[in-house]
Amino acid sequence: MDLTLKVWRQKNAKEKGHFETYKVKNISSDSSFLEMMDILNDQLIREGADPVAVNKGCKSSGPVAFDHDCREGICGMCSLYINGRPHGPDDEVTTCQLHMRKFKDGDTITIEPWRSAAFPVIKDLVVNRNAFDQILQAGGFVSVNTGGIPDANAIPIPKEDADESMDAAACVGCGACVATCKNGSAMLFVSARVSSLALLPQGKIEAARRAKNMVAKMDELGFGACTNTRACEMECPKAISVAHIARLNREFLLAKIKD
Amino acid sequence: MSEKLNSKIPEGPLSEKWTKHKAQIRVVSPANKRKLEIIVIGTGLGGASAAASLGELGYNVKVFCISDSPRRAHSIAAQGGINAAKNYPNDNDSVYRLFYDTIKGGDYRSREGNVYRLAEVSGLIIDQCVAQGVPFAREYGGLLDNRSFGGAQVSRTFYARGQTGQQLLLGAYAALNRQIAKGTVKSYNRHEMLDVVLIDGEAKGIIARNLETGEIERHGAHSVVIASGGYGNVFFLSTNAMNSNGSAAWQCFKKGAFFGNPCFAQIHPTCIPVHGEQQSKLTLMSESLRNDGRIWVPKKKEDVIKIREKKIKASQIPEEDRDYYLERRYPAFGNLVPRDVASRAAKERCDAGFGVNETGLAVYLDFKTSIERLGKKTIEARYGNLFQMYEKITDVNPYEEPMMIYPAIHYTMGGLWVDYNLQTTIPGLYAIGEANFSDHGGNRLGASALMQGLADGYFVLPYTIGDFLAGKIQVPKTDIKHPAFDEAEKAVKDKITKLFSIKGSQPVDYFHKKLGHLMWDYVGMARNEAGLKKAIDEIKKLKEEFWKNVFVPGENAEFNQEVEKALRVSDFLELGELMAMDALNRNESCGGHFREEMQTEDGETKRDDQNYMYVSAWEYKNNENPVLHKEPLNYEFVKIATRNYKD
Repeated sequence: MDLTLKVWRQKNAKEKGHFETYKVKNISSDSSFLEMMDILNDQLIREGADPVAVNKGCKSSGPVAFDHDCREGICGMCSLYINGRPHGPDDEVTTCQLHMRKFKDGDTITIEPWRSAAFPVIKDLVVNRNAFDQILQAGGFVSVNTGGIPDANAIPIPKEDADESMDAAACVGCGACVATCKNGSAMLFVSARVSSLALLPQGKIEAARRAKNMVAKMDELGFGACTNTRACEMECPKAISVAHIARLNREFLLAKIKD
Repeated sequence: MSEKLNSKIPEGPLSEKWTKHKAQIRVVSPANKRKLEIIVIGTGLGGASAAASLGELGYNVKVFCISDSPRRAHSIAAQGGINAAKNYPNDNDSVYRLFYDTIKGGDYRSREGNVYRLAEVSGLIIDQCVAQGVPFAREYGGLLDNRSFGGAQVSRTFYARGQTGQQLLLGAYAALNRQIAKGTVKSYNRHEMLDVVLIDGEAKGIIARNLETGEIERHGAHSVVIASGGYGNVFFLSTNAMNSNGSAAWQCFKKGAFFGNPCFAQIHPTCIPVHGEQQSKLTLMSESLRNDGRIWVPKKKEDVIKIREKKIKASQIPEEDRDYYLERRYPAFGNLVPRDVASRAAKERCDAGFGVNETGLAVYLDFKTSIERLGKKTIEARYGNLFQMYEKITDVNPYEEPMMIYPAIHYTMGGLWVDYNLQTTIPGLYAIGEANFSDHGGNRLGASALMQGLADGYFVLPYTIGDFLAGKIQVPKTDIKHPAFDEAEKAVKDKITKLFSIKGSQPVDYFHKKLGHLMWDYVGMARNEAGLKKAIDEIKKLKEEFWKNVFVPGENAEFNQEVEKALRVSDFLELGELMAMDALNRNESCGGHFREEMQTEDGETKRDDQNYMYVSAWEYKNNENPVLHKEPLNYEFVKIATRNYKD
């Protein structure tokens, strides 16, 4: 299929960005979206390498920078806003799992980076998600050191709790929830970690403290408040439920009452 | 044997080696740990667990990762599980049995001492992960569940749905985050190590490139730990993440660290087949699927033709016309033979013309029998996310039609040569996890990579590095103005300048793909003398072409993914050649290394214990061929045998 791409180009965090339009041809419907981006970049690099074109004053803008790594939907690195949706027009996928069969020949596709005050653009479609690391550093762990641990089966855990904890732990930290939220809130991300740990006896001990510290850090880093629009849940590639936000709120309230 | 190749395996009975060794090595007092600095390269299971544990002990740790967050490391993609000799299912598992299965699975090309220690600490890993809040699968009674993996007849694999690597990494990453918050660990995201700096023969720091700005930085330490993973991406198409690379280890090699068994690469039998030239990577379907999935191809050629022409579907082929070739050839282990055996068996059927897709390079992995036996719901609970992943990629529903799979490069058993302390041949330079060569011999068993990464990082390195650092408590912080840093920095900058200055006509990927084809065709699943010689020749030519005709757009002082790739591919071109040389030298078949000249009548691997019972450890020589050193493998405890998965 042949496609028209409108791609956000931005040299770095300081300079203003703009859309540029490119054409790509003969894309297989079995290709992944990122393979289509590879083809675009191959084209752009070859334009820049072609001395004839360069002499004629053809200025290639160079390849488009975009984050990607595992290309199987688990590392959380890819982060494209495609036709107004994080990770594009398919449900429960990351961008790397999106395939071109979701598009039609002749389509125009708009590709933007995550847009959120807390995720500044580094270049083109690449953003800085360091804020997520900082939130987790504020409390997204169980305070145990290596070694000196009782046997793994010493504390039985109801299967239902372990399963629900796993549902929340499936978060890949991509940031789609923040990108899609009109408030730029990170509540789904924060709640997934808080909830996953609070459901287990090992994490329950410091659950309230964890919720308080992580929420404080989230606020400090410029993420917005949650107004329950549930857009995050709709766009989460791992279908993480907003029920975890309710659990986060419970732990947060408990912490405030204790204070 | 080179005097540098002292494996330092402690004397005495297997079960006492590690205990005795720990008692004898030196420790560093808390007050002195505060004075010592350690650099850790990589944040996968090995790097994150090591950095966190060393930080907890009180060392000053700097940890580097090429991604935007430590959590992106490729350990996250491990699906099926982690082995541990807990014997929870009461099926007669033990430390010895896990040790034995690993030695046998590795086709008798790994060290007894290292492997026994790995099995010994395996149980502690599960305890540790549970304490960190890893949501492993559980039974209704609240206790941990286990499943089976290839190469074992017991159920010793712990798992968290099909995302075990993710959950273990998030555990290690959380432990790391806790130390970062405490200030014992400083993390450098989007930073890539481009050289290791040696002062008086010891590893004293690194040169790194800040990938956001292009700035070249110097970092000093008392010791450097390489945990940068494997080099499977030398094949271009592999199950590795796009950014996984061998460069950190390769720089160590070029500074004098020996490289162990470079030709030992694992080909995983169950990956989604290649769809075309534009494909960028291959996706693994977890080995755990072989618990409930049965592998087959049609018995009749006419059925194969009809399938390729899409005239019939796999589900329409009656039971009696299906060849469950693993069950047929290996009755005792059936679909759960080790990866190398399953991969070769798939290749054998496809070479014989029974491949089931248009390219003829695919076999079926079928859940029909299990869905009938257990119900769709149970299968969904066990593998739901994998089935979803398969459907998203292929547009085929695996609950109704069998999956199509084919072998692909997945893991490299080879890596930096290390002794029992995980120290390379360069003092102060350590290598852990997939980056070292030590525990898996010629073939790694499923669910053992996670085990090794965490064993090294949580329970081995934090002890053994103390023995080295105890001698450094009087040594001041490394001076990064030392001429050795000047020299290393200059070499890195020169290389980058050179890459930009070539201004050729081909993008980096062009060379990487060409290298990948050469590697897959001649240094892949089946290797022979003529092919390997050809590969060495062709890779040399490709390397020359690369340095004459590559085009790297943009400049260094910016976020530039093309120069990152160019640097990595320039190393892959050298590493690929070494792999071919090692494969050519090893004129035997063992594990994943299959030399066509050395096979039994029924096409199984034929080892040559007389001549090749050693670890090949290659030493870099400037502008000359690398020199081969041999570390003999002495089996004191296990009786060497031909691997048998038939009865």
